[in-house]
Amino acid sequence: MNKRTTVQRTSDREVVVTRTVDAPARLVFAAWTKADLFKQWWVPKSMGMTLRSCDLDVRVGGGYRLVFGADPAHTMAFFGKYLEVVPTSRLVWTNEESGDAGPVTTLTLDEKDGKTLIVLTERYPTKEALDAAGTGAQDAMHETFGQLDELLVTLGATAG
Amino acid sequence: MVQHHQTHVNASFAALADATRRGVLEQLAHADASITDLADRFDMTLTGMKKHVGVLELAGLVATEKVGRVRTCRIGPCRLEEEMTWISRYREVWDARFDALDRVVDELKRKDTLRHQKKSRTP
Repeated sequence: MNKRTTVQRTSDREVVVTRTVDAPARLVFAAWTKADLFKQWWVPKSMGMTLRSCDLDVRVGGGYRLVFGADPAHTMAFFGKYLEVVPTSRLVWTNEESGDAGPVTTLTLDEKDGKTLIVLTERYPTKEALDAAGTGAQDAMHETFGQLDELLVTLGATAG
Repeated sequence: MVQHHQTHVNASFAALADATRRGVLEQLAHADASITDLADRFDMTLTGMKKHVGVLELAGLVATEKVGRVRTCRIGPCRLEEEMTWISRYREVWDARFDALDRVVDELKRKDTLRHQKKSRTP
C-alpha cells in the first residue's frame, strides 16, 4: 500500500494533503472526532510540543480547543468551530487562533476495499497567509528534525 | 526583499498549478525545444502553448530566445528550491501525524477484531 503523504499547492490560497490509511473510514473518523483518540496522534512526539488539553465538540457550530505548553504559565491555544459534520465521510472546521488569517480545513474520507483515502484541504483567506503557514508553526518541527539529524550525524561519527 | 520573495513564490506556484505547464518543464529538463515542438508534443495550438510558456517565463521557470523565426525554450534561471522547501516542511508535519494516526487506527482495528471474535464465540 502506498503510505506516502502528498502535499500539493493547488492554488495560491489552497493546499491539499492526501494519505491512504489501511482501515475503514469509520475508524479514521473516530480517531479524528473522539478527543481521547485524537490526542494520541495529532501532536506526534517529533513535533516537540506538549498537548495539555483537548476538547472536541463535534457537531455543526460546536467548538474545539487544543491547549499546548510544557509549562502551565506559558500555554498556547488552537481553536475554532465545526462548520460541517457528516459522520464517517466529511468534516469542515475553522482555525481561529490567528484571527482572520486562519484557514478553513475540509477533511474527506473515501473508503474503498477497506482502505480510506484521506484528503485534507486547507483554504486560506489570502495567499500571504498560506505562504506564512509554511514558515510559522511548522518551523518548530523542522528545527526538531534538524536537531535529530545533527544528533544522528554525531552518533554516526562516534560509532565510526 | 520579503515582498519580492513572496511574489516570486506565488508566480511559481501559479505556473506549476497546471498539468501542461508541469509537463513542459519536465520536457525542457531533458532538452531545449521550440514552441512548435512543444505544441505538437502536448497536442495543442501554437497560441495555446505560447500562453503556457509565457506564464512559465514570467515565473522565471523558463527562458526563451528567438533565433530567426524559431523561439527556443529552455529551463529558466529560477530554482525551485524555495517551493520545495515550503512543501517539504508542510509534508513533514502531516507525515508525522499520519504515521501516528496509523498506529491509533491499527489499535482500533485490533480491538474491533477481538470484539468480533468474542461475539462469535458466545453461544
